[in-house]
Amino acid sequence: MTQPTTTPQDGATRPGDTPGPGPGSGPDAPGGGTPGRRPRRLSAAARENRAGLAFVTPTVVVVTVVVVLPILWTVLLAFQNARLVDIQGMGLLGDWSLENFRAVFGSPGFWTSLWTTLLYTVGSTAGSILLGLVAALALRKPFRGRGLVRGAMLLPYVAPVVAVAFVWEIALSPQFGVVNEWGAKLLGWDDPVAFLSTRSYEVSLFGADFELPLALLTVIAFETWRYFPFAFLFLLARLQAVPDGLEEAAKVDGAAPTQRFRHVLLPQLMPVVALLCVLRFIMEFNKFDDVYLLTGGGSGTDVVAVRVYDFLTARFDVGAAAAQALVLAVILMVLLGLYFTFFGRKVQEES
Amino acid sequence: MSRADQAQVRARVPFSRAQFEERLFGVLRWVVIAFLALATLVPFYYMLLLSVKPIDALLLDPGRLWVSTKEFTLSTYEEVLRPTSEGGQGFLGMLRNSALASVGAVVLTLLAAIPGSYAVSRLRFFGGRHLSALFLAVYLFPATLLAVPLFVMFAKMGLQGSIVGLAIVYIAQTVPVSIYMLRNYFATIPFSIEEAAALDGCSRLQTIRKVVLPLAAPSLMATGLYIFMIAWNEFLFALLFLAATPENWTVSLGLQQLANGIEVSKTVLMAGSVVLTVPVVLLFLAAERLLTEGLTSGADKS
Repeated sequence: MTQPTTTPQDGATRPGDTPGPGPGSGPDAPGGGTPGRRPRRLSAAARENRAGLAFVTPTVVVVTVVVVLPILWTVLLAFQNARLVDIQGMGLLGDWSLENFRAVFGSPGFWTSLWTTLLYTVGSTAGSILLGLVAALALRKPFRGRGLVRGAMLLPYVAPVVAVAFVWEIALSPQFGVVNEWGAKLLGWDDPVAFLSTRSYEVSLFGADFELPLALLTVIAFETWRYFPFAFLFLLARLQAVPDGLEEAAKVDGAAPTQRFRHVLLPQLMPVVALLCVLRFIMEFNKFDDVYLLTGGGSGTDVVAVRVYDFLTARFDVGAAAAQALVLAVILMVLLGLYFTFFGRKVQEES
Repeated sequence: MSRADQAQVRARVPFSRAQFEERLFGVLRWVVIAFLALATLVPFYYMLLLSVKPIDALLLDPGRLWVSTKEFTLSTYEEVLRPTSEGGQGFLGMLRNSALASVGAVVLTLLAAIPGSYAVSRLRFFGGRHLSALFLAVYLFPATLLAVPLFVMFAKMGLQGSIVGLAIVYIAQTVPVSIYMLRNYFATIPFSIEEAAALDGCSRLQTIRKVVLPLAAPSLMATGLYIFMIAWNEFLFALLFLAATPENWTVSLGLQQLANGIEVSKTVLMAGSVVLTVPVVLLFLAAERLLTEGLTSGADKS
């Protein structure tokens, strides 16, 4: 926001209070009697304050009902022994215990799933931003058909996840997938590769053997493909706002394209890149549907969000699901807290 | 600087790094563009292709990327769209459900987001800056975290399995991005216009209704379309809330259930995918400029 910060008015209205008169209170709203050197201005500010609170109330109420209250309730549920069947008769304050958390931390696979989540998040965040950057740089200068290419490139982001996940699933299928068929034909693959159900795939490279977490890498590739348009959009918009003169000057000085990118463009792009990193990280960390649809959480892709779903629907264990979701949210907040402590300024300005 | 001058500068070094890179990236650029165009278009082409092929043709030669006129069939679409009472998959009804849920989400979200984003971008009030951060903080919480309590809440209220309930739940997903988009746009409307309206005797509500909202119409459109797309593509909440009531399934959910259920041929699955994808892609292509500008406005400030 560009407006300067105002100091809070006399503190007559606190954020929690609902403002008395409705929106658009008349010009002679109370407040004229406030003692002050310039009562006229003060009352205008007070009126603005009041109107602001009035306008923001419906939004806050809605957000509170569909977001804040549910989150608070999750916190409560996480400390209770709540099963879906008996939740109907349960009061808000049942028996409190740390049982759910003990179960979550002690359950087999929790720590690996957390590690998987982290790998998946970092991989797909970095992948989508890098590919988006490459795309933005390639499409920066106008050419015939740029609009078409640009529109095409946004398709993965726009298309419903269920549809594209199925296309990938079928294309990668070992039985009738086009990828394996062409891999055998063009690249001479001996056996079809089960991309989405191979936990680790042995590769020999320069005489050394590697174990690749193939299913996880495939899911990361899918995320990169699906979300690079998002990064591309933001980076392209920023690139087009870079003044021409800057680059022209560097060009005249004989700077090579990589040098111009490194010293002229990149500093300009950094705030957007930082913002994208935060946004994509948050979204990927909590991602459920993409992984669930592609692998169902199997073959080394069991991210925490999918586990939450499993606890909820397979075992009807609401308490454990809530505890797990809460742990996920807390870890995310800690990571973000660390990020903002060390690199904070830029992103905050940007958002 | 003219072209000739530039040539002179370059001519000083016979084959400079700059010159080499200029050429390299000149070529690479086209390679990248071609690669990206293929990577994004081929999956959609593949989807379309499989949807008009008989399943035998796919199993016989999985690598073939075209369909002969002899094989071409639309029976997959017939099966997907025919009502369940007639032995089909009933996607027409699901399309209607998806449309209802999405339009409902658009209306509800806009009603909730417009006043708030106006206030946050235009008015100085106590706590305004914190609210702005609060709306963004909503992003922090995973949909799965929200899903647990909303699931329980709706089960208690008996809204489970209803499309209205689903539209309400979608607000949680769409409010942050709507506020972000609208706020950026409201911030670009000059204060002086509102002041002029106020001088003409408009109250603040009148000013908003008669001046600000008409000016913000493109942005409202963009935000509305964006909400529609999010709601149309949504899967987790639909799965959680509607799985038990097949008559209210959205297309996303129907498609996933179709894939999970008894053996359905992959070509029918692809026809369903096309049916799910086409509306939202058409909508997007029709409003591409509007949408991308709405989303990225504010990204170009440094």
